Amino acid sequence: MKHVLSFLMTLVILIAATGDGTAKEQELIGAGATFPYPFYSKMFDVYSKEYGVKVNYQAIGSGGGIRQLTNKTVDFGGSDAIMSEADVKEASAPILHIPTCAGAVVLTYNLPGNPQLKFTADVIGNLFLGKIGKWNDRRLSDINPGVKLPEMNVTVVHRSDGSGTTSIFSDYVSKVSREWKEKVGTGTSLNWPTGLGGKGNPGVAGLVKQTPGSIGYVELIYALQNKMPYGMVKNKKGNFVTATLAATSKAADINLPDDLKVSLTDTDAPEGYPISGFTWILVYKDQGYGDRSEEKAKELVKLLWWMTHEGQKYTEPLEYAPLSKKAVEKAEKLIKSISYKSSVIMK
Amino acid sequence: MNHSRAELLVLRSKTKTMRWHRPALSESSFRKILSIAGVFVLLLLVAIFFSLGIASFPSIRNFGIRFLFSSTWDPVKSEFGAFPFLVGTLATSFLALVISVVFSIPISIFLGEYSAQGSVATFIKSMIELLAGVPSVIYGFCGLFLLAPLVRALEVKLGMAPYGVGIFTASLVLSIMIIPYSASIGREVISLVPSDLKEAALSLGATRFEVIRKVILPYAGSGIVAGVLLSLGRALGETMAVTMVIGNSNFIPKNIFSPANTLASVIANEFTEATGSLYLASLIELGLVLFIVTTIINLIGKLIIRRMGVGE
Repeated sequence: MKHVLSFLMTLVILIAATGDGTAKEQELIGAGATFPYPFYSKMFDVYSKEYGVKVNYQAIGSGGGIRQLTNKTVDFGGSDAIMSEADVKEASAPILHIPTCAGAVVLTYNLPGNPQLKFTADVIGNLFLGKIGKWNDRRLSDINPGVKLPEMNVTVVHRSDGSGTTSIFSDYVSKVSREWKEKVGTGTSLNWPTGLGGKGNPGVAGLVKQTPGSIGYVELIYALQNKMPYGMVKNKKGNFVTATLAATSKAADINLPDDLKVSLTDTDAPEGYPISGFTWILVYKDQGYGDRSEEKAKELVKLLWWMTHEGQKYTEPLEYAPLSKKAVEKAEKLIKSISYKSSVIMK
Repeated sequence: MNHSRAELLVLRSKTKTMRWHRPALSESSFRKILSIAGVFVLLLLVAIFFSLGIASFPSIRNFGIRFLFSSTWDPVKSEFGAFPFLVGTLATSFLALVISVVFSIPISIFLGEYSAQGSVATFIKSMIELLAGVPSVIYGFCGLFLLAPLVRALEVKLGMAPYGVGIFTASLVLSIMIIPYSASIGREVISLVPSDLKEAALSLGATRFEVIRKVILPYAGSGIVAGVLLSLGRALGETMAVTMVIGNSNFIPKNIFSPANTLASVIANEFTEATGSLYLASLIELGLVLFIVTTIINLIGKLIIRRMGVGE
């Protein structure tokens, strides 16, 4: 009797665990960047309610997204960083970068009284290279004339994990500081010359919030949500810009290349915030690889089209900057070029 | 219904030969199963070692032995070195060990000898076992939100940089995590000291403290060291709790309050994002280094235990 009961129980558990098999065809899997995760999460939820197609996105980081797409274990990848030469070579087939929104990386700090500070490109470079030791250094007080800066030590906070936010930030600093470019460079993981590491954007925000005299870089939304002060940054045209959604969108208002593999940092746009970047969805240009069905490829293209059009209305409530008209036009061309085996999917 | 003794014996031997009393396994097949289990574990360890070695081969070939002594960890230039992480791992683990032993040995003596029975002892025993059951992420959170501000205040008082995170905080968190391992084993071993040895000492006029010092600890010494070794092994490999409070700085720590990094923490942080085969291979090589370091420390521990004798 005992044996019969335990056998039946195992059977029940196994049946319950298999779940609904019919949804398999209508499911898309993506993985990658954590930065747009709140936005994607909302979009995919709305999409599944409207179209019945479930999209499962795992925020494992930009590098992880690129790796999983290269291994063809996911339908699409999410990345804040453009794929490097080495990554492109490893991928064996062309991968399209389709931007979905833009974000700003802000410099948040912990000083008594939460003063509003201004930063210039060299000051940012020097701070993160560890060359400015105290907050009341001449270089900082010169650009912040009305502010009484304390004689506190500067503690730099950076990311301990690989991150697209780091990629955007380091891309900017590499452009404006030759010393940074030689010593540290651009990437999702860096050899930081100084500072503490926090895990994820929340980790950096948490450490800055707790450590007096610290400065770190986070995505705009984390500074807003944690009610932390962030600095204005001087852009290429000499204007001190506060990171707002409008300023981020303006940063993208430049000549965009057709493949949209462009960095928005140190933008030429006069009112653009200089530490901005796109986040992209990565897909294979030819969807007819492995045993992918045409159905799935069509669903993916439909999703991409929706994300760059109707889905854009979910950006602003979540503090992401929507794509500019020019960006959407170029993205449309890219989506239309996605093919299945030899024929284009979207006519 | 009074069966005589002889009748009962006959009944007993009869039932023993009935189906449900005959042993399902004979002696030799039971021994075979035990040895298969042992060999399986050995094979598993060897397989882990080889898979780590093979996966980290590109990095071993590229950097050779200087991987262990180089202090640069640069994913952009593909220059990797494990030395700061080795220092961080060993420093936090041994410091945690020292701090935890201060608590776990008195606890084992108290629970094993002084208060072996009773509600107080049972309560303390279960609390300690509960410590072992708390997930390491929770320890990390508590370390970051409760302990780090306290350490930060201490650092400010000492005039040092107010990081709050670093080797000291990580060691404190680790030491609390590893207390249960050495305390439980220590308690077991101490309670197993034969009472005739203790009684002999007492009858010769020894005080309770002298009995502990001269009879119990020498007898149980090797067992206590074994428990301490187990907790050290746990500390070496602990990842989540450490990565939240160690400061994640890839430099060799200058003093006890410096931020640092450990082998396990680096792997956990950078593995999912690592692109590039050399980067991945280097991360796996960190895992191989950790595996080898843990093995070496265990071997040294075993030698120490053997030196101390089995206490017979």
